[in-house]
Amino acid sequence: MSSKRLLTTLAINGIEHELALEPRRTLLDALRHDLQLTGTKKVCDMGDCGACTVLVDGRAMYACLLLAVDCTDRQITTIEGLAQADELDPLQQAFIEADAFQCGFCTAGQIMSLKGLLNETPAPNDDQILRAVTGNLCRCGAYRNILKAGRLAADQVAHPEEARHADSTH
Amino acid sequence: MYPPKFDYYRANSLSEAFSLMQEHGGAKVIAGGHSLIPSLKLRLADPGALIDIGRIGELKGITANGNSTRIGALTTHAIVAAAKNLPQGLTEAAGWIGDPQVRNRGTVGGNIAHADPASDLPTVFTALGATINLTGPGGERSVAAQDFFTGLFETALQEGELVSSIDVPTNGGGSAYAKLFNPASRYAVVGCAAQVKVENGVCSAASVAVGGLTSHATKANAVEAALLGKPLNEATIAAAAAQISQDLGDDVMGDLHASADYRRSIAPIYVAQALTAAASRAG
Repeated sequence: MSSKRLLTTLAINGIEHELALEPRRTLLDALRHDLQLTGTKKVCDMGDCGACTVLVDGRAMYACLLLAVDCTDRQITTIEGLAQADELDPLQQAFIEADAFQCGFCTAGQIMSLKGLLNETPAPNDDQILRAVTGNLCRCGAYRNILKAGRLAADQVAHPEEARHADSTH
Repeated sequence: MYPPKFDYYRANSLSEAFSLMQEHGGAKVIAGGHSLIPSLKLRLADPGALIDIGRIGELKGITANGNSTRIGALTTHAIVAAAKNLPQGLTEAAGWIGDPQVRNRGTVGGNIAHADPASDLPTVFTALGATINLTGPGGERSVAAQDFFTGLFETALQEGELVSSIDVPTNGGGSAYAKLFNPASRYAVVGCAAQVKVENGVCSAASVAVGGLTSHATKANAVEAALLGKPLNEATIAAAAAQISQDLGDDVMGDLHASADYRRSIAPIYVAQALTAAASRAG
């Protein structure tokens, strides 16, 4: 079997990368091994745990179940693409405020799933926040605070000034 | 885990897909890949070549047409879950497939072609009386959902054919889907789809199917018969749901998630749940 490498252009966080990839290379391995973008985590590698969640054209997907060669002409967003210069994304800030992680290994995936939710549903209710992270396992059990972080981030996106003010009173 | 090596070909049209399939005998077709890529990683499949049909525009989208709505095979579960012109039993089932990541990528056509016995959509399409449209180099043919699912991961698809679309009747009455799901994968341990019509206070039409129990989605004829001509209340629904044991016979399967006995004993609960919700929507 020849399995020749294919020249593939991947648009990651707004930057195009040209790579010669084996067709069996997953987007997850391309991110971590070919592009050294190790913020996206590899855990189960079978589409169960959610640690590898990235956005593809704005929607949450498992990077471990996408062939990198099939990601041409798509806009991929990883955890490294959320902060703007020195300013964290409201979700990243909310995870810190709400203490929404313990070991932190699932955190990038949790944040990307919630980012996908906020892209489509800017003012989600608790049920929508919880359903958005049903594909993301947290074995430390930080779920309550992940929900809290989702609420905080949604408030921050809806009312940037008020939310910031409310946080400073804690 | 790494898939075995394979060559990769992208088809941009159906005709391109058919000629690639002809050229590369033994190749596997990939769409969303959410069943195939795990199989490759587990080395349950080693096809040598993949033909990617995921970008064929003519296989995408949802079109209402009179009393029926056509779902293109490459439509994702997320799009079906959000659709307005489909029976509620289908949209709610699609909304509880896996998780958002799976629903954003997995396709309806791939799901039914794979025919996992614990999958939700085969059960729903069977209950709703959907028609599966298949296309091959020789032309198109249609198979009733009830006849499409033939066994464990087995369907009526022939070598060289693809699922092109699914036609779902939209005038069948109130419909619902209920399942006990595996908490990790959200695959159905037991799933039931039901559709009922109520006229003059009694059930005038009923269609029920179950999944997760046997090798493939099964029509529950005994349950249906027990509903016809009855008012749909708690007692009649419970009595009809109990008939599911007749429909299942001795074919119930068990695995490490739930034994056959357990599945058989909880099946009536989910049949009753689906029927109760469907009846409330039959208005």
